[in-house]
Amino acid sequence: MASITTPREEISTPPRKPGLFGHFSQSVKKNSLAYAYILPALLLMAFITFYPLLYQVWMAFTNFELKHLLLQNPDFVGLDNFIQIFQSGLPVPNFSFGRILVFNILWTVVNVTLHVTIGIVVALALNAEELPGKRLYRSLFVIPWALPSLISGLMWANMWHEQFGGINLLIKELGGQGTLRWLLEPTPIVNLPQIGLVLPLSFFAVLITNVWLGWPFMMVIATGALQGIPKDLYEAADVDGASGWYRTWKITLPLLRPAMVPAIIIGIMMTFNNFNVIYFVTGGGPFGLTEILVTQGFKLVNPQGWYGVASAFNIIVFFILATITLMTNHVSRATEPYYT
Amino acid sequence: MKAAPVTRTTAKSVAFRDILALVWAILAIVAGLALVTFGVYQLVQTGQTPIDPEAGSNLPQIVAGVLLLAAGAVIIFRYIRLLLAVSRSREFKHARSTMRIDLIQIFLLLMLATVLFPVLWIVSMSLDPRNFSRPIGLTLIPPGASFDAYIKVLTRPSPNPVTFWQLLRNSLLVSGGTALLGVIIGTSAAYAFSRFNFPGRRLGMLGFVIVLMIPAGATLAPLFVLLNTVQLRTTLWGLAIAYTSSALPFAIWNMKGFIDSLPIDLEEAAQIDGAGRTGAFIRVILPLAAPGMVVTALWGFLTGWSEFILAWTFLSEPTRFTLPMVLRGMTGQYASGTPWAEFAAMSVLMSIPPILIFFLLQRYLVSGLAVGGVKG
Repeated sequence: MASITTPREEISTPPRKPGLFGHFSQSVKKNSLAYAYILPALLLMAFITFYPLLYQVWMAFTNFELKHLLLQNPDFVGLDNFIQIFQSGLPVPNFSFGRILVFNILWTVVNVTLHVTIGIVVALALNAEELPGKRLYRSLFVIPWALPSLISGLMWANMWHEQFGGINLLIKELGGQGTLRWLLEPTPIVNLPQIGLVLPLSFFAVLITNVWLGWPFMMVIATGALQGIPKDLYEAADVDGASGWYRTWKITLPLLRPAMVPAIIIGIMMTFNNFNVIYFVTGGGPFGLTEILVTQGFKLVNPQGWYGVASAFNIIVFFILATITLMTNHVSRATEPYYT
Repeated sequence: MKAAPVTRTTAKSVAFRDILALVWAILAIVAGLALVTFGVYQLVQTGQTPIDPEAGSNLPQIVAGVLLLAAGAVIIFRYIRLLLAVSRSREFKHARSTMRIDLIQIFLLLMLATVLFPVLWIVSMSLDPRNFSRPIGLTLIPPGASFDAYIKVLTRPSPNPVTFWQLLRNSLLVSGGTALLGVIIGTSAAYAFSRFNFPGRRLGMLGFVIVLMIPAGATLAPLFVLLNTVQLRTTLWGLAIAYTSSALPFAIWNMKGFIDSLPIDLEEAAQIDGAGRTGAFIRVILPLAAPGMVVTALWGFLTGWSEFILAWTFLSEPTRFTLPMVLRGMTGQYASGTPWAEFAAMSVLMSIPPILIFFLLQRYLVSGLAVGGVKG
């Protein structure tokens, strides 16, 4: 046996053992086709995403303003932009970095929890056997997801209108007063400025809007995962005399987890930076109380035109989100046994 | 054959006696509770203890109450045991499952109402000829409904001399371009990430995830300068390229997940048959990956269809404006004069293409989203 295999090995292995770098370059050569496949994506991202990112890092240390866009070079200001942001010293009305951050995190947690819960509950309901109208429900429930977020944002902004909005009209039809100032009421419902938690009525309005928008995506993901659960698992549980609740808790939900975790991570990233809903429904109001980091960052550029400060701001936002994502990822590692 | 009638008779008789037993049990418990409470209340009121001989009048009451309670509890306990036994009969299960379906149906109808309410409201508003000068109620089809707002929006949606069709063409160009570029570039890169193990693979995947975390509009200023220097800033092509770059991370992630789930054997078989690696990619992977590509394209299309920030910042010529820019101009601080009906009509018109596409591609939606796959 050995006499047969030895010459083969001699042929296949190169005469000289490659060093670490040699090994690397060989591997690169062997995979040149892979790089060819990636090249278009890499080129596009390099120019449209990574180059602007680096440029932005440079901008964050300058006093780049509107006039510097086309004409002159800005001055280097060191860490001034970052210091101003952290000390909430920007001459922007109602700007407080800490409060916006706390609000942004609360916004993300509450939203994603509700999206996932409602999404899974509806998916489970739709998974019931012998349910008439299943397909119709499935097509109609994706409407909020299918609507362009810009339209749903603007539509809901009108829904919450004090006088003519659909919500107040509905409350009136149902016999209520219907005079709530959903988006403009300045008195906070929850007022704990010590920990940076100030929630006006408009928070609940914009929350309902985003829950309306967000759960169908989670429902579609959960539906797909439910269809992948083998039926014989349930049959085995039936034989063992397991109750419906037991089956849901011990079979369905654990098996949904591997599919839901990536969806939840995407959901967290999308919700944390959900520009359209906040910007178009409340516009951050009243008094900047529903501002999240991205909308505040955008307002530094438009209308203020402080590109330097905005760059610093966006870099901070990026690092906060990266930390949160890494933490989520770390926590979700606990679910790794389910992946195998 | 023999077992079925037996279970049916037990189920029937149980159902009748059951209800009687339950009624008796509930009556006993209610009476017992009333007696006990009344007795104890009187005791507390007069400050007497039950052992006090002079309070003898209260004691039988309480004892009777306790006995009744105990009897009720025993019946209820038996009833539960009976139900548990019956729950194994088929008819009981059938009755319970139809009741469950009814409850689910009610829940789903309620959800449907919340989903449809804003949509119906905006459709109704778009037909409303009144300019909301007086308070109105909720009506599905408003009095004097007309398509005036639609006609106005189709001929001249904004103060600029541009028709709806020109805007639609621009939007379709940008969104279609984004979808096409995203699918082609994304699928090609995803194939490499899925099937090759090359140096820099992990770094590359990480890079794409990082891009997902960049705040919207963060790269606005550098992009402005960059596209300005290559003369693409005010063109729809420049916009489509910029959108593609933001749609790519999802495209690559989704397509990689999808290709991961395809069996590698077919590709190897094709290679043995003489097809090269690229031949196998085109002939084997692409057809199999169609559902994933459809969803990826849909995502790109939606990105381009509703993006607002870049378009608002880059485009300057009204003839090249996209639909979202005009819709934005019809509401809020920019448009106190625009009737809500026109805004609503514009929204409805703008929603039709994506909703149509969603419905047409419905069957791919679940299978094409690799995020839902086990391997993420």
